[in-house]
Amino acid sequence: MRYLPLTPADRSSMLETIGASSVDELFCDVPEAARLTGPIEGLPMHASEMAVERHLSALAAKNLNAGSAPFFLGAGAYRHHVPASVDHLIQRGEFLTAYTPYQPEIAQGTLQVLFEFQTQVAALFGTDIANASMYDGSTACWEAILMAARVTRKGKSVLSGGLHPHYGEVVRTMAKFTRDDIVSLAPELTAEADDAAVIAAIDDGTASVVVQYPDILGRIPDLAAIAEAAHAKGALLIAVVTEPVALGLLEAPGHLGADIVVGEGQSLGVGLQFGGPYLGLFGCREKFVRQMPGRLCGETVDAEGKRGFVLTLSTREQHIRREKATSNICTNSGLCALAFSIHMSLLGGEGLSQLAAINHDRAQALVARLTQIPGVSALSEAYFNEVTLVLSRDAREVVRDLADRGVLGGVSLGRLFPELDGLHKGLLVTATETVTDADIETFATELAAVLEGVAA
Amino acid sequence: MSGVNTAGWRPSMNSAEGGVSVPETQSGDHALMLEEPLIFELGCEGQTGVDFDAPAKAVSPALAKFRRKAAPAVPGLSEPEAVRHYTRLSRQNYGIDLGPFPLGSCTMKHNPRLNEKMARLPGFADVHPLQPQKTVEGALEVIEQLADWLITLTGMASVAMSPKAGAHGELCGLLCIRAALDARGETRDVVLVPESAHGTNPATAAFAGFKVETIPATPEGRVDLAALKAKLGPDVAGVMITNPNTCGLFEPEMKAIADAVHAAGGYVYCDGANFNAIVGRVRPGDLGVDAMHINLHKTFSTPHGGGGPGAGPVVLSEALAPYAPLPFVARGEDGHVHLVEEENRGEGHARAFGRMVAFHGQMGMFTRALAYILSHGADGLKQVAEDAVLNANYVLRSLEDVLQAPFGKSGPCMHEALFSDAGLPEGFTTLDIAKGLIDEGFHPMTVYFPLVVKGAMLIEPTETESKPGLDRFIASMRNLAQRAREEDASLHSAPHFAPRRRLDETRAARKPVLVWKADARA
Amino acid sequence: MTVYYSEDHEWIEVEGDLGTVGITDYAQGQLGDITFVDLPQEGAKVAKGDSVAVVDSVKAASDVYTPVSGEVAEINEALADEPELVNSDAEVGGWLFRVTLSDPSELEELMDEAAYKKFVAGL
Repeated sequence: MRYLPLTPADRSSMLETIGASSVDELFCDVPEAARLTGPIEGLPMHASEMAVERHLSALAAKNLNAGSAPFFLGAGAYRHHVPASVDHLIQRGEFLTAYTPYQPEIAQGTLQVLFEFQTQVAALFGTDIANASMYDGSTACWEAILMAARVTRKGKSVLSGGLHPHYGEVVRTMAKFTRDDIVSLAPELTAEADDAAVIAAIDDGTASVVVQYPDILGRIPDLAAIAEAAHAKGALLIAVVTEPVALGLLEAPGHLGADIVVGEGQSLGVGLQFGGPYLGLFGCREKFVRQMPGRLCGETVDAEGKRGFVLTLSTREQHIRREKATSNICTNSGLCALAFSIHMSLLGGEGLSQLAAINHDRAQALVARLTQIPGVSALSEAYFNEVTLVLSRDAREVVRDLADRGVLGGVSLGRLFPELDGLHKGLLVTATETVTDADIETFATELAAVLEGVAA
Repeated sequence: MSGVNTAGWRPSMNSAEGGVSVPETQSGDHALMLEEPLIFELGCEGQTGVDFDAPAKAVSPALAKFRRKAAPAVPGLSEPEAVRHYTRLSRQNYGIDLGPFPLGSCTMKHNPRLNEKMARLPGFADVHPLQPQKTVEGALEVIEQLADWLITLTGMASVAMSPKAGAHGELCGLLCIRAALDARGETRDVVLVPESAHGTNPATAAFAGFKVETIPATPEGRVDLAALKAKLGPDVAGVMITNPNTCGLFEPEMKAIADAVHAAGGYVYCDGANFNAIVGRVRPGDLGVDAMHINLHKTFSTPHGGGGPGAGPVVLSEALAPYAPLPFVARGEDGHVHLVEEENRGEGHARAFGRMVAFHGQMGMFTRALAYILSHGADGLKQVAEDAVLNANYVLRSLEDVLQAPFGKSGPCMHEALFSDAGLPEGFTTLDIAKGLIDEGFHPMTVYFPLVVKGAMLIEPTETESKPGLDRFIASMRNLAQRAREEDASLHSAPHFAPRRRLDETRAARKPVLVWKADARA
Repeated sequence: MTVYYSEDHEWIEVEGDLGTVGITDYAQGQLGDITFVDLPQEGAKVAKGDSVAVVDSVKAASDVYTPVSGEVAEINEALADEPELVNSDAEVGGWLFRVTLSDPSELEELMDEAAYKKFVAGL
């Protein structure tokens, strides 16, 4: 077997050293009734590299990948072009096959990257500090709510209707068990985000207000106004960014008064990957540092006075605090953070701004073309690269019909919000730099045909 | 003979430069030992390593009031600078690709490159989690096939695939237990955790809203069954047990523990971090386990990546299966796999306790793990467990005469060998041995864990170390133990040859510097 | 003015109904370099034995239990910038918080200096 270096001769000489007559003897603590003697039945035996590749390639071929079709999906996962050097660098064995940097003398590569990553995220979000990443945007969002409760010593959180419904579900699921009080507003098909409703829901018992920016329908909330209202009641504003490229063009949430900014970092460096692994971004005010969840990398010096980096403030974490930890999380999303950081380093601040402007440009072109189709209108005028179209019928069927015609034409709001009938004519479409004019034209032609009921 | 020796070099000239002192280099670098500044210090203002097809046209006036005043203050690097920066940084890291990485309980085994290649097939890497189901049937098949392997290998009823890491899987398992108790109309709020448990177990139990009570260990390093039984009662929701445990030992009373817990109305959570030792040899389902997470990055070889991403699917018993969170992949009667999410949860998954992540979990890791599992097959996986256990016992018996092995007399270990610094001279500790190993070119073992053994050194060689490789490691360990015995003070300041000497962690924690600031060093 | 000690290595110096609480020099020595001290809020009502503060070193976080019940009257603000005071001056400048005692009889259960020294010597 190609992954196992021991030879039969090695095994017998090692057993001799150990003083055991067979490997079975080493499993003597396993109760006899539970000991398996042969390979588990009903499963295939080992396979060559070629055979495995054949099997998985056949499965991969059953999927319609985004690059093979006009593609307009977003809703928390975005298709951006990732420079070739990113994937090359993250596959260096010293990054790929390293462990969490608990031995800093031989992990300065990972640690310095994390320090650079934290700085990049803080600059992007406009926050004082950032952590070394979390599982994904949705779990980072829940962690932020818990942190706000620790900071404010209050227990209620208000979720804007513009929050990604999966994020909302994660929060409500977790809160059910921790018994935190969650007030969830329902989204409606209006041109403006639900800022007024959010502000009205804040009271003295509110620990945090969670607002997605841009929101799930593509609208842009007025974070400064919400921050002011939240602070007046002693609550913290948590801004959620599912598309970090937007911050190349839009003001950073931290500059608008958000106290904690969390997000999904997948857009930069990571790729779609059918939903994971991704990386959660987490930034906040410096004064909250001891209440923060997740790993942190900090600067220090070594015994010779040379600058170096270490994981720090680990007394917040589970392996030391056990049941008193700020979170049970004991990993970050290291390799995804590396990919994010490399992509961000290649772009630079100016490059990110250009990329954002091109995304916005593509989205404008998409909206201009699609709204020429009878029965199609755009929900709002102010959007970044993603916008809600309102169709003349249930968008769920439209998406399926479009797929039959080879177009991956967005995400229906009916799939995201099955319980809200008022949203079912909504179709969320996204255009990034990867969308061409020809893609837009194909989408428009097929959408018109689907809406007119022309058979494929 | 190959011509005239124009350089004039002679082998005899190698010895200590004949008394000549070598000056420090001008650059501070030493040949292949290269320092690297931060990206912020490379002097790349306004540079970029990405070219775009066409510049953007005007930004919509509707966006004017939302515009960012200044671009994010982060530098850009041209592609050659970026490649060099990260390549130089990578060389300051130790990885499995460089040598043995015997971190106990972390299972740092070889990461096959076929896994990487498969995960990058566009059909997996370039599909969106919300595409219409009929365009992602192959991806759903991967999830279902991996799920099927995990269920069969563990002898359980079902598996929740979406948890993002081991700790997330633990949380998922405990929430299933909570949901099952709720369904029974019971409010049991105590979870029992052995004192040898990984810190994540009590942290997870607390996070899920349970009170944690500790069960002591026996002198042989096992769960004290009598003490556990004494704590069982109507307030106990369940136990969290690691098996094989964190001392590297199999819990022989596992079935008895499970039976006692079940009789008292509780559930059994098993921390599957050490499944590598028993995969293909023992099925946790046969031991009475109700829920167990599986770290795909341990047992099933997906890369650790310098600290994640992991993946922590949770296998579940019949009793807990109905509560597994959404989304869920199931094979229908028509033979096709389909996705159950909020939209169609009524179709057979109405009791799901909710949702833990935005999408389907760590798909990229599922593909890698499936490639690994298919490569090994049922026979290879059994051999994995056997070789992992064989390697660990070989290390245990090859070092127990020079280092104290607290449970060495308890019989064979499983996949990791536990030592302590108890027998070393006063002032010589586990930390000295660990840092000394760095100078020897090895990654240290897990140190000071489990907490039940003072000065613990937990060595997990894994099955992917060869015998000659183990012999070299053992020789270095013996040498270090000998140096400690001889009270070699230079061990206290090790490592001497790593990119950095010991780092000042107190300074880092007292005044945390977590981001680079332009004026910090002005 | 009298100083009392607890088995959890807290000291309390009492003057009237006001007690000043810290950890002992022995305790700081066991903990190593202190990196951060998390103190209670002024005005908080505390009961004897409650965990009211946390002292962090690099690798450990240790709970500090109040040796008496009462209300937190004052906290040592200087520790925010200089947690190392707990190392260098544990029993004077490194005090943690002051409590207005609600039940001075609780002091009777604590040790005096001599008893504490004996207690530590026996560890």
